[in-house]
Amino acid sequence: MINVTKIKKDFPIFTFNPELIYLDSTATSLKPQLVIDKLNTYYQEYSANIYRGIYDISEKATEEFEKTREAVASFIHSYLSDEIIFTRNTTESINLIMYTLGDKIISKNDEIAVSIMEHHSNFVPWQVLAQRKSATLSIIDIDNNGQLVDISKTVTKKTKILSLTYISNVLGTINPIKKIIQQAKQINPEIIVIIDAAQAVPHIKVDVQDLNCDFLVFSSHKMLGPTGVGVLWGRKELLEHMNPFLYGGEMIETVSTKQTTYKTTPQKFEAGTPHIAGIIALREAIEYINAIGLKHIYLHEQTLVNYAIHFLEDSFKKKIQIFGPREMRSGIISFTLDKIHPHDIAQLLNDDHIAVRAGNHCAMPLHTRLHITASIRASFYLYNTTHDIDMLVKSLHKAIKIIG
Amino acid sequence: MSIYQERILDHYKYPRNQGEIEKPDKKTAVHNPLCGDSIKMYAVFEKNKIKKISFIASGCVISKASASLLSEYAVKKSKEQLRKLDKAFIINMLGIELGPNRVKCALLALEALQKLLI
Ligand SMILES: Cc1ncc(COP(=O)(O)O)c(C=O)c1O
Repeated sequence: MINVTKIKKDFPIFTFNPELIYLDSTATSLKPQLVIDKLNTYYQEYSANIYRGIYDISEKATEEFEKTREAVASFIHSYLSDEIIFTRNTTESINLIMYTLGDKIISKNDEIAVSIMEHHSNFVPWQVLAQRKSATLSIIDIDNNGQLVDISKTVTKKTKILSLTYISNVLGTINPIKKIIQQAKQINPEIIVIIDAAQAVPHIKVDVQDLNCDFLVFSSHKMLGPTGVGVLWGRKELLEHMNPFLYGGEMIETVSTKQTTYKTTPQKFEAGTPHIAGIIALREAIEYINAIGLKHIYLHEQTLVNYAIHFLEDSFKKKIQIFGPREMRSGIISFTLDKIHPHDIAQLLNDDHIAVRAGNHCAMPLHTRLHITASIRASFYLYNTTHDIDMLVKSLHKAIKIIG
Repeated sequence: MSIYQERILDHYKYPRNQGEIEKPDKKTAVHNPLCGDSIKMYAVFEKNKIKKISFIASGCVISKASASLLSEYAVKKSKEQLRKLDKAFIINMLGIELGPNRVKCALLALEALQKLLI
């Protein structure tokens, strides 16, 4: 069990907004004081560039920076910290793979597979690549439960890339990724499998060795860390054969007027001065999560999501439509209510200091598939309580009364 | 203060000039794909003025109420007068404060009207 009263004290946003009920951690999580302090410490005490200076504060910055790489590696169980590349966010991590590896291995009539539940950032890059190369973008559908259908109808011997979300940011569906990867590699042993773990890494134990994927990407800002920091994990043998993504400082080995050679991974992919403070502070977020324990966080979210589904359905019966499965789902609930436009619901909830997301949540293909244009999404993390859900239900009743 | 004031909700629940005009001089449709709001608008002109106007809207309270209020205002106004209407006018007409995200909902009806005047 986790002690939410104690946890909430670690998040200064609740001091500044005592009435805030934050139900939008899927968009971005709140930040604990420790993480904010860590950012400040870098700027106040050793704000030097990394790798370059032969002086104390630069050495200190480099050391702290590299310690995060190790912390991230062990958090997702990567053997080598060299396999961790820092980017700006999940979106950039996916684009990096698309522009370097994707561009190289996809040719005419090849197939790239994604699912209908992808976030735009794991959909559009592949659609664009497929169009550019006259390849085919194949889309794995969902069933009426909001779970992926058998991939063998979509993934074929010609599928060179399979890029799939671990957890849907709308349906909350936790995909059986390990099984899917096994199946995909049986169909085509050469297939490259990329996992969008933006909604997974903050909430469940992710083990890249156990999953046997080729790439896995996520964002710091959804796991209590700073914005502007993303992670790309990739198999070293693949990374070594990929061209750089951006060219410039930090990523080169030697430069002459005629020729340039590049560093090896990970520096090869980290051109320019990165978000040093943010990356250093990400380690603090990881340590915070570790101290509480992902298992406890997960169980807490399960309690909340089950409570919320039952309470919402009991309260609104046929007026509410909740999307996604009842099992194997994370702490995310998307729904529509009584034909009221989701924007109006979100606006009315805001009058009661409740923050939810309304719209298509960067998943238009999925909303089209569900035959809706928008939904309301409430999502939970370690600082939420059943009281938050009680307030949500109360406020929804009010919304129906006002505009229903 | 809540944007869901009685006057706004009244126009949402009981929209004025709602429906289709059978033989309009002009009709148009606008759509905001991001939130799924859509408005169809119809008009009959007499000389240079709007004689009759109607709309069919699906979407949020703000976009519907805005269409209803704007349609009321537009009757008997000349094309020149209506072409001058802008964002400030719409916000003033609604009489509520709107954040940058919701302003788009309010402006959809104006976009439809402007297209009718082309
Ligand atoms: C499943 C999923 N993938 C990708 C992203 C994109 O993350 P970012 O905006 O940090 O690049 C998100 C964030 O909303 C997400 O939920």
